Amino acid sequence: MIANLQLSDSINPADAVIFEVETFVKSNKPANGEYRHMILDAPSHVLNCQPGQFFHLLCPTSERHQPFLRRPMSIYGFFPEKNELHFLYKIAGKGTAALSELGTGDHLNVVGPLGHGYSIRDDWRNLLLVARGVGLATMAPLAQEAQRLGRKLTAICSARSENVLMSVDHFRALGADVITVTDEQGTSSVENMRRIIEEHVAAGKVDTMYTCGSNRLLRLLQEIGAAHGIPGEIALEQQMACGIGMCHCCVRPFRRDGAIVHERVCREGPVFDMQEAMGW
Amino acid sequence: MVDLTTRLGTLTLKNPVMPASGTFSDDLAGVFDLGCLGAHVTKTVTREIRGGNPTPRVCEVRGSMLNSIGIPSKGIDHFITEVIPFYQRYETPLVVSISAHSGDDFARICEEISVPGVAAIEVNISCPNIEEDGKAFAMRPSSTRMVMEKVRGASDLPLWAKLTPNTGETTEVAIAAQEAGADALVVSNTLLSMAIDIHTRKPKLGSLMGGLSGPSLKPIALRMVYQCAKSVNIPVIGCGGISNVEDAIEFLIAGASAVQVGTATFINPLIMPTMIRDLEAYLIKHGISSVSELVGSVDDAAALDGVVFMEAAP
Repeated sequence: MIANLQLSDSINPADAVIFEVETFVKSNKPANGEYRHMILDAPSHVLNCQPGQFFHLLCPTSERHQPFLRRPMSIYGFFPEKNELHFLYKIAGKGTAALSELGTGDHLNVVGPLGHGYSIRDDWRNLLLVARGVGLATMAPLAQEAQRLGRKLTAICSARSENVLMSVDHFRALGADVITVTDEQGTSSVENMRRIIEEHVAAGKVDTMYTCGSNRLLRLLQEIGAAHGIPGEIALEQQMACGIGMCHCCVRPFRRDGAIVHERVCREGPVFDMQEAMGW
Repeated sequence: MVDLTTRLGTLTLKNPVMPASGTFSDDLAGVFDLGCLGAHVTKTVTREIRGGNPTPRVCEVRGSMLNSIGIPSKGIDHFITEVIPFYQRYETPLVVSISAHSGDDFARICEEISVPGVAAIEVNISCPNIEEDGKAFAMRPSSTRMVMEKVRGASDLPLWAKLTPNTGETTEVAIAAQEAGADALVVSNTLLSMAIDIHTRKPKLGSLMGGLSGPSLKPIALRMVYQCAKSVNIPVIGCGGISNVEDAIEFLIAGASAVQVGTATFINPLIMPTMIRDLEAYLIKHGISSVSELVGSVDDAAALDGVVFMEAAP
């Protein structure tokens, strides 16, 4: 493994923007009832990331799991000063099941950083972030960047129940005004979320909106955005093979200039203009 | 120093490793210096603008993958003004993969794409022939001959015929391509396959069926390379499941003069430069002075003559 590591490092030239590197697992533990938090020790030169970007993970194979393709995973946190790369994930199939078996000190080959992340335009002072479940993971680096840029951030976090609400404390620590809604309490309905968001719009607290993952939230935010002329961005998913833009497996349709265009989630995305995105 | 160069007719490559069409683009330049490759092979381009197939376009099976991309294409004008100029920064030969649905359409795009900067044309005859019954041209010797004669009349550039594994007439197709004027054979493409989700009972690909690629395709492609190399005089380029230097060497020994790497790049983006370096190390370690010493060096003397052309398991 060491020989391969050295080989890869020397082949990846200094001017590369996408890296294939071996990382080492620092910890890989349950974050709550559903999600796991994995911290990798990664060389700092691969941690020049933008919020919303992802890495393509070569999940290990074992007797129980033989994933073949890499698995794209959005970045939960990147800390070049500590050589740390964080992911938050839920076991959903072979790849994530295999990842969950990694222990401290195990190696994990990653490719990245990949894709086009969120933008925060200079005139977007008040940011609204709406996400459900693990979707929030994609938004954590955005919240951090918003804090760095001194923007006001409101985060509406939706989940099945209070005990699987993700990252609420993390967002609060970053200075965000956090509103939680859950299925259990009956507060996560589209109607209730519409009411909450409209109140924020009326109070002048929404210059832009960010979301990911949920079709229901996309439609709601598209309606609100169109009604009030508020721009927004959404991070989308799709099955991927290469993750770099070569294979055209991960396309999705978008509305643009009266026509339907197909773009690669891995390359033009995973973050796209909210009004151009199409429901699924 | 060992000699990594390989000859493909009038073209000499500095090493025998190149990407497979459809698994390579300028995007890979963000990972390593593409100038290290033996050749650049672009994604198949068609004259017309094509959208491609519905999603999901990819799924994995054990140790391999299926894809059904559908040859999305921005058309030949975009290709000539945007894609070809990008590759002019490299000295590496540029090979353009083309496709069409009839012999005349193939000839037309072949003529139009024969522009400065293009070193060779890969004729992707693994696509359906809509003038007949929709079967891929390369499934039959007659349709292979027809297309290759048309493109031969349309361009003076080296023409590589990309064959399909979805045929029972491998050697006949290879011979037909050679007789029609092909300068090399690329052997081969993906194998028609299917996967179904047992919970939803839906096919895992949006277009129901797709092409198998990756390690499980390798023995089939290797067998075809061997058969083709035994039956034609033009160079054969191996393609199918090649994932490391051992695989590449195996194809060279079977008779390939060069290899194309596709799916392996999705798993390890650095696999091609790694393979070139490992090939050099292999030659040095084993006291082999050149790649050409490996090509076709399979020790099959003990086998019966007829076995080479066998189309059934022994």
